[in-house]
This record gives sequence, C-alpha cells and structure tokens, in this order.
Amino acid sequence: MSVEDVTPVADQATGDADERFPAPSREPLIVLQDVQKHFGELHVLRDIDLTVHKGEVVVVLGPSGSGKSTLCRAINRLEPIDSGTILLDGEPLPLEGKPLARLRADVGMVFQSFNLFAHKTILENVTLGPIKVKRMKPAEAKELAMQLLERVGVANQAHKLPAQLSGGQQQRVAIARALAMQPKAILFDEPTSALDPEMVNEVLDVMVSLAREGMTMIVVTHEMGFARKAADRVIFMADGQIVEQAEPDAFFTNPRSDRAKDFLGKILTH
Amino acid sequence: MSDFLEVLSTYDIAGAFWVNIRLAFFAGIFGLALGTVLALMRVSPVPSMRAIGSGYVTLFRNTPLTIIMVFCISVLWSVLGLRLSSDFTANFFWLAVLALTVYHAAFFCEAIRSGVNTVPVGQAEAARAIGLPFLAAARLVIFPQAFRGAIAPLGNTLIALIKNTTVAAAVSVPEVSILMKEMIENNGNYVVPIFMAIAVGFVVIVIPVGLVTTFLSQRLAVSR
Repeated sequence: MSVEDVTPVADQATGDADERFPAPSREPLIVLQDVQKHFGELHVLRDIDLTVHKGEVVVVLGPSGSGKSTLCRAINRLEPIDSGTILLDGEPLPLEGKPLARLRADVGMVFQSFNLFAHKTILENVTLGPIKVKRMKPAEAKELAMQLLERVGVANQAHKLPAQLSGGQQQRVAIARALAMQPKAILFDEPTSALDPEMVNEVLDVMVSLAREGMTMIVVTHEMGFARKAADRVIFMADGQIVEQAEPDAFFTNPRSDRAKDFLGKILTH
Repeated sequence: MSDFLEVLSTYDIAGAFWVNIRLAFFAGIFGLALGTVLALMRVSPVPSMRAIGSGYVTLFRNTPLTIIMVFCISVLWSVLGLRLSSDFTANFFWLAVLALTVYHAAFFCEAIRSGVNTVPVGQAEAARAIGLPFLAAARLVIFPQAFRGAIAPLGNTLIALIKNTTVAAAVSVPEVSILMKEMIENNGNYVVPIFMAIAVGFVVIVIPVGLVTTFLSQRLAVSR
C-alpha cells in the first residue's frame, strides 16, 4: 500500500462517520490476546485484549506509568512480553531474528525523542530503510523520500543533519521515515511530548492527514484535541490494564470508570 | 657531542624504529579488526556471543603482554610448530604481530564498546523499528556513530600499542630497544644520551598520533 493509493474518501456505507475520515474496516490488523508483562515486581501490562482494525485510529490515554508506552512498544516487540499473543495481520509476532525484522518493517514507529539517525542526513534517514530493508533502487528510494519530505514540509532540509532541524521538523522527518517503509500500521509513542508547544501542531497536522487517508494508527498521546479530532476509538489505561474504551466523544463527555473520570478531571479543568 | 653523534650514526636507528612502526601498523590493523568483531559480539543479542566476547577480553586484558609474546614463540612455534613465514626472522616478526594483535584487540574492543555507549539507545530502537536486523543495524547505524565517539580511546590504545612494540624484544625481534641495549653495551660512557635519543624517537612518533586523534575526535563528533 503506497501513500498515494489511499483515497481520502469516507466509506459511504457508514453515514454517521465524519465525512473527512474514512471509517475503519472490520478487518482486524493488530490483535493482542491476554498479553502480560512485568518489569520485575511491577505488572505493567495486565490481561491486555485489544483488536485494532485496518484503517482504525486508536488513541491510548492514561496517567504516566499506566503501561501505555509499553503497550505501544510491545506491538513491534521493542518490549518483549511475558505471555499472551500478538498477531499482526493474522500472523503471530516472531520471537527474534530475520522474521521479526521483516515484521517490524511493516509496522512504522514514531518515538517521543524522534531518534533520527544522527550521523545521516534527513534524506538518508528516510531512504535507509527502503534501500537496505526493502531493497529498493537508490534512485527510486530517493524519489519516494523526497515526495514524503515534501508532504511533511521539510523537503528543503533534505541535505541537513538531524541536529540542524527543530524538534517539530525532526519529528515530521521521523514520520516520513516511517511512511517510507509503506507500513501496514504506524505506532506513535508520545510523538509530541518532547516538543516545544509551538511545534506540536505542525506534527499533529501531519498525523491528522494520515488518519484522513486511512492509515492504521495507534497513538499514545496526551493531546486530547487530536484524540477528539482524529481517533475512531479511545483506550484508557491505568495500572497496566485497559480500563475503558469508547468513541472519543462518548469518552470525553461521559467517562464510565472512576479512574477515567478522575484522569479527565485532572487534565481538562485548565 | 660530535663523538656521541658519531656513535649514533654507526647504528641503524631509523631501521630499528621502522621495525617498531611496522609491528604497530600490522598489529593496529589486525587488532582493530579483531576488536571490532569482539565489540560486535559483546553487544550482540545472542548470549553465547556476548559470553565469548567478554571471556576473550577478560583473558587477554589481564595477561601481561610479555607472557603472551613468549607463549607465541615457545608454545605456538617451538612446541606446536606454527610458522607464519618460511623465513626465520620474518616468522618471529609475525609471531610478535600475532601477540600484539590478540593482546591489543581486547583494548580496541573495550574502546569501541565505550563508543557504543555514547550512542543513545533510541538509535538502535529506530534501526530495529524500520526492520534492520542486528548486523545491519550495527553496521549502518550503531558502529559508524560508535567509532566516531571512540576515536580518543582508540587513539590511546594505538599509542599504547606503539610503545608496547618494544616488548617484541623479548622474542628477539630486532626492534629499537634491542638496538638500544646493544648501543649501551658498546658505549657505556653514553648511557644517558642513548636513552634520551631513543625516548625522543618514540615521542616524535607518538605525539602526532595524539594530535591527530584529538583533532579527529572533535571534527567527527556526532552532533545530537
């Protein structure tokens, strides 16, 4: 699936969906079953059951230490789990080695601290995966990379090093780097938490446009505005458990659990 | 003074130093290569690889170089008949290179590993996240940054190696410290000046190494 293939047209069958966003399919893409993980004594993921469908945008909310980042990182096995199953497009996550690497190529990841390759230019950051993992011809990879950099608005910085860019620009490059692998889904682990406030929106705008194009996204964030605008579903985690899941409007206006009420009360009063 | 210079000129000091430089050159290249492999093993996800890497470092870093040097001659060559060259003298030269290589590889490994520690863990995670397997991630992302962060400690190891080439005297490789001993035996009245001359020779060789590595470590530092 290439970026251009995705038509930003709403699924006509679901009339009540926001017209600008395509409704997710009912086809499961990422499935977690009874996932458990401990960090020593701490039970960071408890009985996690979660299904994310193709084209769905899931926002994961929760207080810090609730396990939401760990959940995100477990999906491409940057954090191994103790027990349970994680399926990607019907296939269980391989344990190690080449099969795992191949699977990771299908799941993009955007980190809180950008993690652009510090010794490579912006362009090389985006072309590295396509050339070395997907064996794309360098010229093709460069063309694809320039299109993606154009789209995230940093094409004019292509020959600079990451350290020469602002945080917001670096994070947009990180999104382009993930997109260059033409992934089935992208995981966002607090993508705006390390940014200066004035740079948050430029990153969120790119993410909203991806959501609009039907990219499957799991987004760990504190940006309630993004959750309201782009999420199909909000997942609320606390103490390693999924406490509540609902459509964003329902979650924000009428949270059912006490933990969620307490959490929203703390962040929405200002 | 002119008598002393005359004494100096009767010996092939430059030729003897050239032996030390060649010892350091070959042991430096082979040691860096072996050290890189060891460093890869030490950061590999495979526990047995890590165990071999750290076992090697522990063994060779803690064994005196003279012992390794003598072992190469009296066990590898005398007992086991290992010959690295058909020429008798060259064989001893290469056995000395072997000893210097296996000893300094442990230090090169640790220098590179200290460089790996300068690379934030997020770099490796990002490399894995785009689907690079361990070796590709190491080759394309981690080690290029690690080497640039390890230039200063690598330079220190190289300086130690250059000076340690004099240990090859223990196995009669005709390098400069053997020549110095010979010069002193024949010219007892010039002991101090002869020492000074040889010491200055090493300083002249080693100082540029320090200057170059300091320059490169600043020039090539990865900005974050």
